[in-house]
Amino acid sequence: MLPVAQRVLCEERRWLTREEFLGLLSLGQALPGPNVCNLSIMVGHRFCGWRGAGAALLGMLAVPFAVVLALAAGFGHLSAHPAVAGALRGLGAVSAGLVAGTALKLAGALRATPLGRPAALALGVAAFGLVALARLPLPWVLLMLGPPAWWLATRRLAVTAPPAAPATAPATAAAEEPPP
Amino acid sequence: MTPLPWLTVLSGVAGLSLLSVGGALTVAPELHRLLVGELALLSDAQFRAAVALAQSAPGPNALYTAILGWQLAGAGGAALVLTAFMAPSSALALAVARWGGRLEGRGVRALRTGLAPITVALVASTAWLLAARAGGPAPLAVTAAAALLAWRTRLHLLWILGAGALLGSLGLV
Repeated sequence: MLPVAQRVLCEERRWLTREEFLGLLSLGQALPGPNVCNLSIMVGHRFCGWRGAGAALLGMLAVPFAVVLALAAGFGHLSAHPAVAGALRGLGAVSAGLVAGTALKLAGALRATPLGRPAALALGVAAFGLVALARLPLPWVLLMLGPPAWWLATRRLAVTAPPAAPATAPATAAAEEPPP
Repeated sequence: MTPLPWLTVLSGVAGLSLLSVGGALTVAPELHRLLVGELALLSDAQFRAAVALAQSAPGPNALYTAILGWQLAGAGGAALVLTAFMAPSSALALAVARWGGRLEGRGVRALRTGLAPITVALVASTAWLLAARAGGPAPLAVTAAAALLAWRTRLHLLWILGAGALLGSLGLV
């Protein structure tokens, strides 16, 4: 789901930059509900108001809803077939790869993060360790890492945001660059 | 068959919607407790089949709630339960999209910036967990090839998915 959304929104239609996509996905992640659905609601709203949001959500759910019901009705005897079971295994392996490819692309959007690369790397490694390796539930991880990340972002944005001080802005940006 | 306690089911599902931070599956244990334990409307096997099916099918994992509804009362039940699950969280997302913009430059922008690296890590974690579930060297090789193709080329994703399904149905994965 996510790889397709990223591909279509950022590369085929060019409605969002990678950075904007990552920002909206982050918000969608922090809100309850499926992150891709939240993302599509916010994208739909951005371009066409509440009608766009409704259309985006329906578009996201309608076809999968029909497919899932058809599968639920006929899945029992279909999945017993070795070729079907094999195809599902193959699809599973590929979709893991597509999601990994999306993670790599989105990581590119962090290059210019106001957090600074070392801090962003530390937050990312911590989140991966807690979710993928320690298998902690996501709400806990967001509660642990979210507040410090927010605090840091607020401070960094306060330093870089005011355009009133152009003399210091390049210096701060340079200072935040990690050593080569 | 006794009439289903729809009010209890739908209000329970709608309430869990607002707690489902991190995706629909995070509230699966709670939903299991309600439908299988407390109300005894579904069996444990039915519940697990719904989750497994939604995970292997295309579309958001939240569709497992639709399968639970289908198991309760056919297509109408599926639409009702899915709507009850999607409406509250979607309304909240819409509210944030609509009024969150006024806070732009302060809270929301910092939240997005701060969460961005965590979000990338979560996407990577999803890939990691999916790959671990597939297991074995052949699926891992397919996963790595798909990752490289999706990352570095503009090859249409359906070709990559189709190739995976073909390799799998030939018994090569």
